[in-house]
Amino acid sequence: MTAKPDSGRRIHDAPKPEGPIAAAVLAAGAGSAALGLLTTLAEASATVREWLTWSDAVGPLSGKTTAAVVVWLAAWLVLHLRMRTGAYETRRALAVALVLIGLGVLGTFPVFFQRFG
Amino acid sequence: MRLTGREWWALIHGMVLGGLFLLAFAGGLAELYGLRPRMATEQGLQARIRRLKIGTAAMAVVTWLTDITGTWIVYPWYRNPAPGSPRSRLLASESTAGWHEFAMEWKEHIAWISPILATAVVFIVFSLGADLVHHERARRTAMTLLVLAFASAAVAGLLGALITKAAPVT
Repeated sequence: MTAKPDSGRRIHDAPKPEGPIAAAVLAAGAGSAALGLLTTLAEASATVREWLTWSDAVGPLSGKTTAAVVVWLAAWLVLHLRMRTGAYETRRALAVALVLIGLGVLGTFPVFFQRFG
Repeated sequence: MRLTGREWWALIHGMVLGGLFLLAFAGGLAELYGLRPRMATEQGLQARIRRLKIGTAAMAVVTWLTDITGTWIVYPWYRNPAPGSPRSRLLASESTAGWHEFAMEWKEHIAWISPILATAVVFIVFSLGADLVHHERARRTAMTLLVLAFASAAVAGLLGALITKAAPVT
């Protein structure tokens, strides 16, 4: 994941490392995938569904969405600390994130997750 | 011509925040698209970056607010077990059950992908600032995530409008 400098960059500019950006992009993918995974797990298991019911009024959606946000933020923090000074290529991070986002969308699609109910 | 408290919240969640979201998305995407060396002069760059920061930050904030008000304020009224709640009314008939079992089930989940992606876009824009004009990869990444954030919110918004038509929160 070594980055090459973008074409058109001014010579006197020091390139900013893309590591923090790659970390943010990967974390967004991880958060999306976590939402899909939790949605499917909550459908598949009554125990998980009950555990994710953090609010009686909102139901399991309260735990699914809050836990996904926590996973996203935790992943972002860890990835940022690991990648902040590195020369990572954003395009690779985006490719991985797109796969994770795709899994997230699949996991939240009722026709898919209701098969596990 | 009077709206109940619940109808006001549904209006804020769907129309007010939804309208602001569309506005911020359109502005953010246009600025990101135009942020290329041959299309940006040094003079105009600072103004463009300022508008881009405002547009993307507004979109992210509005998306978070839409999801939080939808999930924590409007949704409990929707899913109330009472026979008159929208969910109960939809599930009472086979011809309308799909509005809950497919439309609402997808809407309530996919909507939460949008603020996560929008926040990543804000991070890219604020961390690179004017340097974004020379980071083609980062600019394209931000545009891709912005469009995906819009797509997930659009699915949720469209389904929400159709569900409200079938069984409004009153």
